[in-house]
Order: sequence, then structure tokens, then C-alpha cells
Amino acid sequence: MSGPQDPPDDALEEALDTILTSALAGRPRPVARFEHGSRVPGWDEAVDLEKDPAQIPDPASVDVPAALRDEIETHMESYPDRRSAVLPALRAAQRVHGWCSPQAIEQVASVMRVTPAYLESVATFYDMLETAPAGRHDVYVCTNISCSMRGADELYEAIRGAAASDEDINVRSFECLGACDIAPMASVDGVYVGPLGTEDVPRLLDDVRAGRPVLIEKQLAGRPAADPGANTGEYSQAGD
Amino acid sequence: MAATATPKLLLADIDEPGLHTREVYERRGGYDSLRAALQMSPEEVLRELEASGLRGRGGAGFAMGKKASFLPKGAMDKYLVCNADESEPGTFKDRELMQKTPHMLLEGIVIASYAAGANRGFIYVRGEYDLQADVLDAALAEARAAGYVGEDIFGSGHSLSLVIHRGAGAYICGEETALLDSLEGKRGNPRLKPPFPANQGLYQGPTLINNVETLATVPVIIRMGGEEYAELGVEGSTGTKLVSVSGHVRRPGNYEIELGIPSREIVYGLAGGPPEGREVKCWFPGGSSAPVLMPEDLDVPYDFDSLGKAGSMLGSGAIIVIDDSTPILDVALKVAKFYRHESCGKCTPCREGTNWTVKMLERIESGEATPMDLEIMASVQEHIIGNCLCVLGDAMAMPIGSMIAKFRDEFESHIEDARAKRGLGDAAASEVALGAQGAEESGHRLAAQGTGAQAPGEHAGAPGTQKGGA
Ligand SMILES: Cc1cc2nc3c(=O)[nH]c(=O)nc-3n(C[C@H](O)[C@H](O)[C@H](O)COP(=O)(O)O)c2cc1C
Ligand code: SF4
Ligand code: FES
Repeated sequence: MSGPQDPPDDALEEALDTILTSALAGRPRPVARFEHGSRVPGWDEAVDLEKDPAQIPDPASVDVPAALRDEIETHMESYPDRRSAVLPALRAAQRVHGWCSPQAIEQVASVMRVTPAYLESVATFYDMLETAPAGRHDVYVCTNISCSMRGADELYEAIRGAAASDEDINVRSFECLGACDIAPMASVDGVYVGPLGTEDVPRLLDDVRAGRPVLIEKQLAGRPAADPGANTGEYSQAGD
Repeated sequence: MAATATPKLLLADIDEPGLHTREVYERRGGYDSLRAALQMSPEEVLRELEASGLRGRGGAGFAMGKKASFLPKGAMDKYLVCNADESEPGTFKDRELMQKTPHMLLEGIVIASYAAGANRGFIYVRGEYDLQADVLDAALAEARAAGYVGEDIFGSGHSLSLVIHRGAGAYICGEETALLDSLEGKRGNPRLKPPFPANQGLYQGPTLINNVETLATVPVIIRMGGEEYAELGVEGSTGTKLVSVSGHVRRPGNYEIELGIPSREIVYGLAGGPPEGREVKCWFPGGSSAPVLMPEDLDVPYDFDSLGKAGSMLGSGAIIVIDDSTPILDVALKVAKFYRHESCGKCTPCREGTNWTVKMLERIESGEATPMDLEIMASVQEHIIGNCLCVLGDAMAMPIGSMIAKFRDEFESHIEDARAKRGLGDAAASEVALGAQGAEESGHRLAAQGTGAQAPGEHAGAPGTQKGGA
């Protein structure tokens, strides 16, 4: 270690840099817990302390697409407290804007009469709400325990690799999606498919890009119950 | 096989085409239980539910009838919330019920709301279950049109409004109080209990919260009569249960079993056991939050009390089988990462403890750990248990603690092997200055709590690397 009296020196800094980088290579960044685990994101982002918090937007100054406004208002009416509609409203806005963008948040805030900060605090909590721009087609690959034991980690890497250049496709690893019976599996724009092998990846992505139903024969919707005693008589029995 | 002779109360002809429609459901006698229940007084319905012995199918196993009876009487708004968040790793039973027989759930909800005196109902469906929520939406529209949901149902004077609410992806929203906050449009942070939801739940009003499977069983109980239902299963665990079996088995899926049959019959008999040439290494009997059990525990009857006595729990009824090709470290890391990701961050022991556990497991993986890390890791688990607002922290600490206790030798040899691969020497030598006294003690305590620790003869680690060997 160099003493405090040593003048800073470019070569030294560079060396330190190399050492630090190589020591950290392949390991999480020191503050990584905020990045890929914790539900307390944003602490390492700069905050403008001078700025006043945004108020509930003036409805007159915010343009909200009519269909979106209708949908949010319908949701608000179905609950005793309008704030219960926050999740359905944010999901609806995300469908319109692709993610919970500042504009999306402002539109929801103006219809629901809540502050943008409140909506952001909710949006950052939930995995399905995107708080940064994301592709419009969601491919959630389950990498939790039952799926990973059947090859989900390789599947995830394969899908991610194959979709890397496609900005329209949002490939994410997800926790257990409640379909471990078709492990390893993925939810493609909300449609569950599995069991998947890496050989299914090209067709899966082709289907997404072409707007076709994805991997029809692998969709969960058509799968009979596994319990051999569940169905009698003419109803289908579990195949495998 | 005995297990397949189980009466199918929930899965009976579940794949009958059109069962998700009111027409087919009613042709099979659907909504008859609702008619019968509305002829009874709410107290009589409650009595049937209590007589059935039905215990909650969502995780905690609390008696359903009793919980429904906790709601105060009186004319205020009272709520019934159906917990359809189903996010416990390994669990997928509610999914199959909602998708294939949604009217059964709706019928159960209306009956339960009548018994508990609730006039407003909500089904909180996890956001990822698009198909299931769509099916429920359609079924609810049919039920409303038929007057099964709404004002003055069948002229009984009982009214129920029902809303299907879609979540947006957060495991913690399955915890009942976090679910309530989420339903109120907030972040899903659990609340301090008491007050319990029965007194102060949704919008501060009295609230009954039950799992999908619990509520779907209610029409069956009314049809059979509580006492007859209680004949099924064993004492303390009556009736049938859906078990989701996944992981290293040949036939993963949902099976309806009578509670109390040997676990082996489920894992081997129904699900076909691990693939050719492999053996069961360990298994989670009730989702990833349950402490792992060993192959010799497969003879334990599959019911609430027997699994509790064996040192684990029935939980959500999700059996995850791990075979001998899987390193225990991989299992532990997956489990710990899941809970780290899902911790809501409110309590320090849970937020930091899940993070530390992941980091320590990663140290083991990368060859930087020493056996002392095992002690620290065990003590971290101990410090989480019982020190948090909800049991999510415990839900990591218990399975991880059980893995450390039961697979200590494998962890130790993994530490040695990974160190050797990395070119770091004997771990024992680097432990000296650290004096692991405190950590060591708590490690022993935890190890002593574990059941069925591995036979000492199986120790594969290098000699002299045992904890305290320095
Ligand atoms: C972290 C956590 C997650 C939970 N997730 C679920 C869930 O997804 N579904 C569920 O029914 N219960 C879940 N529970 C249990 C609920 O808190 C509650 O006990 C249950 O919904 C009560 O219904 P029951 O009595 O019918 O089982 C969870 C509990 C905890 C602590
Ligand atoms: S134990 Fe964990 S998940 Fe539960 S309230 Fe505390 S921090 Fe949140
Ligand atoms: S572990 Fe992948 S769906 Fe459950």
C-alpha cells in the first residue's frame, strides 16, 4: 500500500484499477445487492434534493388516451377505495407505453388523483412492472429450483443469447411461475409453455416475432391433469 | 395402488370439456351446495365446516371453520379474500383448479362468505396467471348473470360483490397481510400482527382470508356433510389434498391424495420416483420453505402433524424431489437467492440475512470459504428465525438450516474442493485468528435441532478441516 504522502500517479492508479477490476471480475459489484436482489432499488442513484416533489398532476394539463382513462376509471369504481386500482392501472398503462415511463406514471396519477411518487413507490416493488424501458414482448424464463434442476439456467442463457439483438423482446429470468410440472418452462406474453429444450428456442422466438401463438403443442392450457385417477371414462388421461 | 383409489373430490373428471362453463358445471350438480347452504343458517354452515376438520391449504394449516367463525357479528362491511397468489416454489395446484373448475371456487367463496357474514369478496390472483384470471373473469360474469353472485342471492338476503384482482409479481403478496396492503394499492409489505385480519384486515374491516384449494373444498363439504368429510384422511388432517410434485420425478404434476398416506406412495407410486438409475437425495415436503427431509423419511405419513414431527411441514403441499446428481450447494443457493429476491426489505434480519446467506454460499462456490463460514451461516439462520415481522425470513432460514445440519459433510468437502481448485490451501490454516467460539456454539445448537443428520461414516471432507480443527 502506498502511503498518504505519495503523490497520486497515473501508472499507480492504472495498476490499482487493473487489480481491482480483475479481483472483481466475475463477481457481483460491491453494491450489487441493490441491483439484483433487494426490493430497495435506487439508493445508489443520485437524488436532486433541491427539487420539490411532484404534485398530483393537473388533469387539464395531462393528455390521457381515452381507452386508458376508461379502463382505469372502471377499475377504480370496482373497489371501495379507488387506490386499490393502482396495480391494474399501472399494468394498463404499461400495456400502452411499454413500461412505467414518467409519462405513463403521470397519466395514471392524473386519473387516479395520487402523486407520481406514490405510483413509483408501488411500481418499483413489483416484478412485472418495468421501471426502465423494456421490449414489448415479455419472455419470463423460470429459473427457480424445480426448473433449474431440469435445465432452466441453460435455457435462459440460450433464449437471452438468441434474443440479444432484438430490442422488442424482453427476456427475464423469473422466480417460480407456478408451473413446475412443465419444467423447464417460460411465460411468453403471459402464455405458459414447457417443457422446453434449447432446441425449441428458435421457433419460440420466431413465433413471438411473427405474432403467432407460441409453441402451440407445448402450451400449458391444453395439458391434462397428471393424476391417473382424475379423469374417468371418455376424458383424456395424462399421456406421459 | 392404494393412493390412486383416493376419492377425487377436487380433481374428479377435471378435464371434462367445458367444465369451466356454468352449463357443464351445473350439469354435474354444481351450485347445488350453494342452494343447500343458503337453506341453512350461517351458524349451521359454520358448524359443518368446523365438523369437517378442514385445515387451510395455503401454508399455515389453520382450521378453516374456526377462522371463519372469528369474524365479528354486526352490520359493518366484512370482507372475504381468496388467496390465489400461489408463488411458493414448487406449488401449482391452485392454478389447475382455477383454470379447469373456476365455478367450484366461486361456489365455495359464496358459501364461505355466507357463513362468515362477508358481503364483499376479492380474489387476489398472482399477476403471472393470465389464463387463470381470464377464465375466472368469464366464470364470474356467468355466475353474476345467474344471480349466484350479487344482491340477495336466491332470495336469502345474503349479498356478495366479488372482484378479481390481478397482482403484479411479488411472492410476499401471498402472505396474508402483505396481500391486504397490495390489494389496497400499496407496496406489499406485511403488517404487524395482531391485530389479525379477522378483526382488522382489508380497509381496516374484518376479513377472512383463505387459499383457493381451501375454498374450493367448501362445496364438497356441504355436499358430503362435515362429518363424512372428516372420515377421510387421518385425525388432525382430514380430507383429501392436492399435492404438486416436481423436480426429479418421472411424472411431475398435481395428485389428489387422502391425507396420511405414506409420502413414498406419492413420490414413487404416483410421481414415479427419480429417473432411471438415480436415487432421492432429499425432498421438500411442503414447498421450498419447508426444511428438507431425507430418503428414510419417505415413510412418514403425508399429513400436517406427522410431517411436523419429522422436523418439517406440509406447507402448501408441494413436494420437490432432489436426486443424487444434484450438489446440495446448488439447491441451497437457488433457495437462498429466491428469498433474497423476494424479501420485502422491512426487517433487517430478513433483508440482510438472506443477502449474507447468498454471499456466503457464493463464497463456498468460488472457493473462498472456510468451514467457519458454515458456522456463521448457521448462526445467521438462527438469528433470523423468530425475529421478523412475517415468516419469509424463517422460510429461508429453516430449509437452509436443515441443509447445513443434514449435509454438513458435503458442504465441507465442497469448501475444500473449491479451495483446492482455486489454489488456496488448507482451509483449517486460515481459520486461526478468527476464534469461532460464538459462531461455533450456535452452529452446534442448530445442528442438534436438525433431525436425521447424515451418518458420520459418510464424511468425505479432508481430515483436520472439521470446525474447530484449527
Ligand atoms: C411468505 C409467505 C407467502 C405465502 N404465500 C401464500 C400463497 O401464495 N398462497 C396462499 O394461499 N397462502 C400463502 N401464504 C399463507 C397465507 O399467509 C395464509 O396463511 C393463507 O392464505 C391462509 O389461507 P388458508 O387458511 O386457507 O391456508 C403465505 C405465507 C407467507 C408467510
Ligand atoms: S420477514 Fe422479510 S419479507 Fe417479512 S416483513 Fe420482514 S423483511 Fe419483509
Ligand atoms: S420452479 Fe419453475 S415453475 Fe416452479
